[in-house]
Amino acid sequence: MLTEGGSTGTLLFICMILILLHGSRGEIPSKPIAATILPFVKPNDGVQTYPEDQKNNLPVFTMNYPRIQIPFEITLWVLLASFAKIGFHVYHKITIWVPESCLLISIGLIVGAIMHSVHEEPPAVLTSNVFFLYMLPLIVLDFVAVFMQVFWFAVVGTLWNSIGIGISLFAICQIPAFGVQDINLQENLLFSAIISAVDPVAVLNVFEDVSVNEQLYIVVFGECLFNDAVTVVLYNMFSFVAEMPVVEPVDVFIGVARFFIVGLGGMAFGILFGFVAAFTTRFTSKVREIEPLFVFMYSYLAYLVAELFAISSIMAIITCALTMKYYVEENVSQRSCTTIRHVIKMVASISETLIFFFLGVVTITTDHEWNWGYILFTLLFAFVWRGLGILVLTQIINPFRTIPFNMKDQFGLAYGGLRGAVSFALAFTLPDTIGRKQLFVTATIAVILFTVFLQGISIRPLIEFINVRRTNRNLETINVEIHCRLMEHTMAGIEDLCGQWSRFYWKDKFMKFNNRILRKILIRDGRAESSIVALYKKLELQNAMEILDTASGNISAAPSIVSLSPNVDSSKLQKKFLAADLRNIHDILSKNMYKIRERTVAYRGKHALPNDSQTREILIRRHATIRRSLRPRSFQSSNVPRTHKYFSLPAGKSLESRFDAARWHYTDDHETLSEVAYPSQRSRFGKPARSSSSKAMIPLHRLGTLEEVPSTDVLNEESSSTGQGVFRTNSSYSDSRVPHPRRLYSLFDDNNSEL
Amino acid sequence: MGALQSSPGRPEYSDLAEKTGFSFEQIGVLHKRFKQLSHNEETLRRDNFNEIDDLAFNPIRAQIIEAFFDRRNFHQNGEGKVQEIGFEEFVVVMSHFRPPSAHMTEEQRGKTRREKLRFLFNMHDTDNDGTITLEEYRHVVEELLSRSGTLEKETAKCIADAAMLEVASISVGHMEPDEFYEGITFEHFLKLLDGFEIESRMTIRFLNMDTTTLCK
Repeated sequence: MLTEGGSTGTLLFICMILILLHGSRGEIPSKPIAATILPFVKPNDGVQTYPEDQKNNLPVFTMNYPRIQIPFEITLWVLLASFAKIGFHVYHKITIWVPESCLLISIGLIVGAIMHSVHEEPPAVLTSNVFFLYMLPLIVLDFVAVFMQVFWFAVVGTLWNSIGIGISLFAICQIPAFGVQDINLQENLLFSAIISAVDPVAVLNVFEDVSVNEQLYIVVFGECLFNDAVTVVLYNMFSFVAEMPVVEPVDVFIGVARFFIVGLGGMAFGILFGFVAAFTTRFTSKVREIEPLFVFMYSYLAYLVAELFAISSIMAIITCALTMKYYVEENVSQRSCTTIRHVIKMVASISETLIFFFLGVVTITTDHEWNWGYILFTLLFAFVWRGLGILVLTQIINPFRTIPFNMKDQFGLAYGGLRGAVSFALAFTLPDTIGRKQLFVTATIAVILFTVFLQGISIRPLIEFINVRRTNRNLETINVEIHCRLMEHTMAGIEDLCGQWSRFYWKDKFMKFNNRILRKILIRDGRAESSIVALYKKLELQNAMEILDTASGNISAAPSIVSLSPNVDSSKLQKKFLAADLRNIHDILSKNMYKIRERTVAYRGKHALPNDSQTREILIRRHATIRRSLRPRSFQSSNVPRTHKYFSLPAGKSLESRFDAARWHYTDDHETLSEVAYPSQRSRFGKPARSSSSKAMIPLHRLGTLEEVPSTDVLNEESSSTGQGVFRTNSSYSDSRVPHPRRLYSLFDDNNSEL
Repeated sequence: MGALQSSPGRPEYSDLAEKTGFSFEQIGVLHKRFKQLSHNEETLRRDNFNEIDDLAFNPIRAQIIEAFFDRRNFHQNGEGKVQEIGFEEFVVVMSHFRPPSAHMTEEQRGKTRREKLRFLFNMHDTDNDGTITLEEYRHVVEELLSRSGTLEKETAKCIADAAMLEVASISVGHMEPDEFYEGITFEHFLKLLDGFEIESRMTIRFLNMDTTTLCK
């Protein structure tokens, strides 16, 4: 039930981890800011025999800077970066053309220049594993469909890139003119492993603004995430190998095996922790306040445990988050969901800002070793190999896709391979035994800056120019959801029919397993819920909020009635709410929504979701209105606005024939009552040109019959009214509605009796 | 392919291939399946479909089966239902789900999209009047949600009503209080699903293995 700017109906909750420093690879020792340490104790001239020689007065005012130094500096840096971010958005036009990452780097560069000129060192925030979470903008199951492709691109693509770049750089190194002959093959491979890792942060920044088509986005994004596994292995492998004099084939095989362990292990841990988290939240209904804590702690735990075993922590945390999102979302309260979402966004935003900021700062302040030839060729090869790699890989994989990637897509894929902070961090942690470490660091920074600035800025106009297929983000409607589902079932059916199983079959199977077993275990009150209903509920809730906001006449008048009426005992009402089935409430709510929906044409929902108490409040008010309108004196005043647009079924259609003539009779008499009391019915299914009583829909006489029928017999009532054609809808509304209010609110009894 | 050698009448296939756009191998695979379903007879009836076990769990099974017997899907501008279909009609109906070939022009793509949407539309529009009325839509939604556990019919109705309202507001916009909303016509239907990517969802893939041994 988390809402975000929609993308084809899926919930957008982006999760991704960026690790600045993989803990297992060592840390940068912190370099304290030397110039700003103030002594916190006045040095005594003499011997420190306390207290005789000098009388130390009680210090009235002291400063103890080293005590707070590190957190203080961190806070200052964060603030500075955030100010920069505020500053950008003041000039809105800039952010359209230049991605934020570029701006941040530039500011970082400036600050770094300033610092460098006063000979200060940058603070060592890089020691901590700053992580931030973006979640993948997909439902897990959808992702499974493209999983193989993403995997393919990530693994093979990165391998291809690393090896290609490494070998070509090695070839270049042989040329004496560049003066880098001392770099051997292993070191080259190591370096190329570092810079072939595509960075999710940078890519995300750019691609989101451009809104390329979903398939492309998924593939690039997934590739970024998964190639962490590859990078980890390659880096470890090559750094190990770089120190070995001789490489044997056995080591290669071990490397491959290690890769699988790293990747799959990461995922397994993630899923494990996700399940544990889901299970835990099943029992947290009484301690709602700490629910967000569980989410964060479990994710972080997954990350740490993965680091413990030196397996891919990014994968762990991503899969953990995905699993949690799916199950935990149903268990936690609205407030917790909102909290989680906002905290994650905040942390993510901070971290992203900081990373790019530091990139800028460190660029200026480190000692660089510049070698024109090496660096330029690095850039060239990075580009070339990525392009080639994409080309070849898409050729191989296109036959398996329903919509093959065309040339434009491939260009987008290749061009969107921005390097970023991952490479940066990896470069910094190169072991010092490598002679040319500074060169590598410089080259990495150069590549990063180049890709982020040049490609980042130019990708938008380029993509628009070549007109890559864009996505239509606009589709969170019920119809689309219904048809989506319909298509899936149809396809599953057709596949069963002709015996060709493919992804729908597996998806179907998984959903069945999920519904039958997993949900029962992991979700509190685990009913199998249809996504259509979930979407519908979500939209209805949003509508409810909109009603309150637009302050429609009936509702705003209601509170006064609520307080005036002697029968209202709000505590009693609330108890009844809690006791009643939520779905009943929701049905009632939804029926009331129809009137409102017609007035406000578009219900594009970006509202924050209401919490439970507000939903109740709406109901209280609404029912007060109904109660008020059911009183005799209000019959004559038709406070139903005439300006309603409503949609009705055609008069002379075949449904008419099934119509029971007896019903007509009653409607004429009780027209106004029904109209006022249940305006939604009238508005939905008026039969305008038929008769003078065209507005009346409910044969209110039927209400009387409901008295004898116990309220649980709603379905019986409905089935008996199936023969009623057009009016079936209306009468069924009254059928289901009246028993519920009666059951729920004893306040109605005086009104009901007169019906 | 091994399956292909045993299939009869290659010249027949070329007709069908042209008409429906399937390749020879795909038609061969379908033919095998047809024979399996019909127990080696010439025509298929509804009971044959009912025998497929996997299909039993599908909530819209009835509609899918009906779609095969609906003349509107035979591309011959006919209407109404038939009782039994031959292989040709089988393939024609299946051609709605044909995977798109790599070299399609925009126009062809638009055409296949319309075809697929027309298929869906026909699935809804059971009384052949060219519009999806509220009742028909409701029926669809109820079927769709009927497997979802403890849903009441009321909820399905609400959802269907909400969906109809949506369609009306999208396609017709503002309406006077006295106007009707007749039902969803095909044009409205197209507009409704305008941005929706149907090509990737409504295609089947032909696997390169002999699946007849795997199916029941």
